[in-house]
Amino acid sequence: MGEQREVITADPYIVGKPPARPDGKPGFAAWTEKPSDLSRPDPATCSAPDTHDHAHGLIRVLSDAGDAEGEWDPKMDDATLLEGLGYMMKLRIFDDRMIKMQRTGKLSFYMRSLGEEAIAIAQTMALKEQDWIFPTYRQPGAQFVRGRDLVSMINHCVGNIEDNVKGRQMPVHYTWKEGRFISVSSPVGTQFSQAIGVAMASAYKGLDEACITWIGDGASAEGDYHYAVNFASTFKPPVILCLVNNQWAISTHQNLATGGRNFAARGLAYDIPCLRVDGNDFLAVYAVTEWARQRIDAGLGPTHMELYTYRAGPHSSSDDPSVYRHADEAGYWPGGDPVERLKQHAIKKGIWSEEKHSALEKILDEEIMSAYKEAVKNGDLANGPYPPASTIFTEVYEEVPWHIQEQREELGK
Amino acid sequence: MTEMNMIQALNSALDERMNADEDIVVFGEDVGFFGGVFRVTDGLQKKHGAHRIFDAPLAEGGFAAMAFGMGINGLRPVMEIQFADYIFPAYDQIVNEMAKVRHRSGGEFTCPVTIRAPAGGGIRGGHHHSQSPEAQFTHTPGLKVVYCSTPRNGKGLLTSAIESNDPVIFFEPKRCYRGPFYGDPHNVPTWKGHEDADVPEGHYAIPLGQANMVQEGDACTVIAWGTMVHVAQQAIKDCGISCDLIDLQTLVPWDRDAVVNSVKKTGRVVVVHEAPKTSGFGGEMAASIQERCFYHLEAPIERVTGWDTPFPHTTEWDYMPSPSRISEAIKRTQED
Repeated sequence: MGEQREVITADPYIVGKPPARPDGKPGFAAWTEKPSDLSRPDPATCSAPDTHDHAHGLIRVLSDAGDAEGEWDPKMDDATLLEGLGYMMKLRIFDDRMIKMQRTGKLSFYMRSLGEEAIAIAQTMALKEQDWIFPTYRQPGAQFVRGRDLVSMINHCVGNIEDNVKGRQMPVHYTWKEGRFISVSSPVGTQFSQAIGVAMASAYKGLDEACITWIGDGASAEGDYHYAVNFASTFKPPVILCLVNNQWAISTHQNLATGGRNFAARGLAYDIPCLRVDGNDFLAVYAVTEWARQRIDAGLGPTHMELYTYRAGPHSSSDDPSVYRHADEAGYWPGGDPVERLKQHAIKKGIWSEEKHSALEKILDEEIMSAYKEAVKNGDLANGPYPPASTIFTEVYEEVPWHIQEQREELGK
Repeated sequence: MTEMNMIQALNSALDERMNADEDIVVFGEDVGFFGGVFRVTDGLQKKHGAHRIFDAPLAEGGFAAMAFGMGINGLRPVMEIQFADYIFPAYDQIVNEMAKVRHRSGGEFTCPVTIRAPAGGGIRGGHHHSQSPEAQFTHTPGLKVVYCSTPRNGKGLLTSAIESNDPVIFFEPKRCYRGPFYGDPHNVPTWKGHEDADVPEGHYAIPLGQANMVQEGDACTVIAWGTMVHVAQQAIKDCGISCDLIDLQTLVPWDRDAVVNSVKKTGRVVVVHEAPKTSGFGGEMAASIQERCFYHLEAPIERVTGWDTPFPHTTEWDYMPSPSRISEAIKRTQED
């Protein structure tokens, strides 16, 4: 007989659990972190170890009372702040309109950014216009900042004859090279490691360009995440690596994405400065991105950050989260709502009001509805016309090879 | 013309392209200072600088992703997979990303990456230094798949692969780096004196999609690529039957006209490849040939391939198609 094996738990190994399933009570602890907690180190001299506290704490600017406080306050001018609020409102209204249209069959599928609007919008605003955006499906808001035509976005979502990707991709998989918004790909995580190459190419050409990319807490278990952090550490390209911890990957809770307690600090082991930021705090998200861009200006390369947020909606139009999490879990989330928080801050600052907010909502809704009507003149998924079937065969290669040409002729379209 | 072995010819193609095109960057495991485990990039870092040719971390999936990112942002990366057997960590990046980005982005983004991968057996490499995984890429729309066999077509095809605006998987038969291989491991010549070791200096391109008629005959069409071109040549010599020998060179898109014209003449076909038989590219050849040449065929299409097993170490000569197996297959096609 060998030695008795010591059994610590009844389970042979740990299978992480979320704080609450539908029949439980959501278990978020109240936040103790305050805007005054953390210093803002000089981006031009800051080393990875200098960010130990920033990786383990939570960078905030908007206090619980709705004031902008602390060293990370970007001191944003009023016009820029209201511009950001407007983009977030626009994205939310756009998402609402699209999900309604999805229910009527005008789109096959849709993914909202609900609760995460601050991230791509504040971050894109903090970057330079020549910087590359390498998004997942949860950062379409960057396109509003860069001025993409709404009709063009909707043409893609409804897959009509004017869809710039010719009906080849599911909705929300935008491509917009003119706005330096790189094609969204369904396999989660691939863009994270690819962004290293995008940034290296910009550096190789001697251009003042950065590349920002995002990945979810769930996808950060993919090899691509780990390749990216290691390659960023090795080659020091001008890249901003953003891990959006919205806590849920469809039904897989972050406790099943890692055994660690913290995503932000992973980068410290690679000697990359790491920040953990309140992802629903527009000003804090702007501030950390501006800081990361300043590091790139100083020639120091990558920054790794965790944007701590909550996926307030379903994963997609095909998902029903009430099956796997408490129906009102979002209501218990201490991070609140990014639009509401910036709105209240603006009101408190005396530059905004409920009336102005409602008026802007109405204008945006009309703008989006008008763009929607304009777009569906070009067709939609329910009624067509679709891009011609010949687009199945084109742009597979630069030139159509003989075997694909024959197959096109076989289809006869 | 200069006499070169395949390593020198591939090096010459890389050097010529790097001189001509600033957008070309080269990376892979050990390709920088050391010049590659097979020496294909020897001397290039010293000449072109470490920012243009450098060692990548040992993460094929990571540097394939890096190549993708560089490719969509205006560069023309050439990456080396040290052995084709190690390409699979990069499979997602190649199959789902490089191969599809032109299409999925409506042509807004393209990815002109060349992936060099030493492939095939005959070097006592066991099952993870010997495989020939071309069929795992020919099944992916959006990729071009090339397999060189000599110094001359090594240079010519690699030049075209690098110049292509589509992603290209470029297989190099490592058994033939320093000499052709005729199936006898005890008698391995160098490229010295071989007519295909005469390689043009300067820019030299062989268009992708064109096969090479290595020798002409009238009794049978033998189709091969990579090392098997030379083994098949030996087999044709041994059996004394007059054969067309077609070196396919490019598998996607392949040169159907060359094959069909030959089969219409001979009515008999043997396809040879090192990779396993089931779902191998030989099956694609056989299916396409019967579609086009059914009434010209005088005998069943023969396939001589590696076995449907992992590639062995000590018994590799019984795994790889040998001149005798190919000879027997050619003879079978001649039976009434």
